[in-house]
Amino acid sequence: MNIEIPELYQEVILGHGKNPRNQRRLNPCTHTYEGFNPLCGDRVTVYLVVEQDIIQDISFEGAGCVISMASASLMTELLKGKKLAWAKEVLKSFYHSVTQDFESLSKEEKEALGEKLLMLGNVQKYPMRVKCATLVWHAVEEALGFKQNEENPYATF
Amino acid sequence: MASSIFPITTIRQDFPILHKPVHGKPLIYLDNAATTQKPKKVIEALVAFYEQSNANIHRGVHALSECSTQKYEAAREKVRAWVHAKSTDEIIFTKGTTEALNLVAESWARPQLHKGDEILLTEMEHHSNIVPWQFVCQKTGAVLKVVPVNNQGELVWEEFLKRLGRRTKIVAVTHVSNTLGTVNPIASIVKKAKEVGAVVVVDGAQAVAHIPVDVQTLGCDFYAFSGHKMYGPTGIGVLYGKAEHLERMEPYQGGGDMIRSVTFDKTEYAPPPFKFEAGTPPISGAVALGAAMETLSQIGLEAIASHEHSLLDYATQKLREEKGLSIIGQAKEKGGIISFVCEGVHPHDIGTLLDEEGIAIRAGHHCTMPLMKRLGVPGTARISFALYNTKEEIDALVEGLHKVRKVFSIPS
Repeated sequence: MNIEIPELYQEVILGHGKNPRNQRRLNPCTHTYEGFNPLCGDRVTVYLVVEQDIIQDISFEGAGCVISMASASLMTELLKGKKLAWAKEVLKSFYHSVTQDFESLSKEEKEALGEKLLMLGNVQKYPMRVKCATLVWHAVEEALGFKQNEENPYATF
Repeated sequence: MASSIFPITTIRQDFPILHKPVHGKPLIYLDNAATTQKPKKVIEALVAFYEQSNANIHRGVHALSECSTQKYEAAREKVRAWVHAKSTDEIIFTKGTTEALNLVAESWARPQLHKGDEILLTEMEHHSNIVPWQFVCQKTGAVLKVVPVNNQGELVWEEFLKRLGRRTKIVAVTHVSNTLGTVNPIASIVKKAKEVGAVVVVDGAQAVAHIPVDVQTLGCDFYAFSGHKMYGPTGIGVLYGKAEHLERMEPYQGGGDMIRSVTFDKTEYAPPPFKFEAGTPPISGAVALGAAMETLSQIGLEAIASHEHSLLDYATQKLREEKGLSIIGQAKEKGGIISFVCEGVHPHDIGTLLDEEGIAIRAGHHCTMPLMKRLGVPGTARISFALYNTKEEIDALVEGLHKVRKVFSIPS
């Protein structure tokens, strides 16, 4: 049988989705939030340890589809060790990449997200699945208290 | 045998959307429990109504108003005949099952229930047969009681009897589970409920297009269903209610058409069913629902039921052969609905990957979150059949599932 793999289900995404990194509880942590996707009932909880404006550690708990798990895995890898201000900017870029297009991101924004997360941008071709990709990002946003009301696709979509 | 002469080719030709490719592939539509596709006769009835008969109903003295009133009321008679109600006065048009259930909750239950009264539901109810009752509880102090399901997805009869008592005022139960396909023994439930004087409200959304329904034989007090799940348009639904209840019930909404006379001091209501149909109803929707019922009658509901049952048997057998796949809900009595989970693949990923093949299924909690919790799954993949589905489509589904396994590198 000829198998055409849809763009969304690339090996990188499947790899992270099936074996997500940083999937554990952080105790103690400084910030936590449980994200809920009412479309499918999936729940993902994020844990962060933030010291001196730096995300020293970050993890998540919960089960979900391969898209939400890959997104959580890649996000935790990306944000660990980064400054809060940097995280805030990268969140914006990620939302832009999954709801608008990743081509229009600047070179710096693309580099900040990295190739693997940009690949998740393919989710925009599957509008019903965008929330799967944004679930964990939304949870981090809530946990850190910098919810971006201006352009939060999670709220509007 | 009805099944051997079931005119599947002719039937499929009658549904235009079935011939529209999806992702460049022939559409295989297995999401009929969410909504069914529409035959030409229904689409044409909508067009013909607006081209030839459109006017507001009742009170109009001009020709078009008489024509639309006649068509609207003729549709009510078709609905009456479909569920075998005694009188058209017992048939209320609503916008769907949800509104019909809310109507019973608001107009029958809320004014009558008191603190300590009980509303008995089942663990397999759709949110639309849970939330309106929670509203009633919040407003009256009544409490919800829930009949559990067993691992096969059937109601546990002894537990039902245990929870049914003199405090039970309402038993609200689905005829056919939208998630599991379980067919509940409504007549037996009604018989027991009557012994304690409880009123029985049936969610018939998944039943009316698939199995014969006779509200008088069932003996239920209320029976709710949607037009769009029985090949009719969206925005039209039905509440059957026994005349004795409807006469005593408070109106649901106030407005035009539901009154006999209005002064600023006092308003007298119209008799049922009009008392419950405030404002301009979905006239074209009712007319087109009538057309859907005509189409089903011409094919024959018995023949349809038998066809869908053979699809259910075939699909159940095929899916049982799939490694790592578990069917959720294996009741003895089932309608054409199968929920399943696959080891290592989330239902949403199954749904997206099958969609790439032109196969439409549903994935998630199916608006039955408490049932998902009971069964210990976050969600399921669900296929549901209609009269136009074929065994070849089930074969294609199985092929599609093999592809899902390949993408996820799960050995077959």
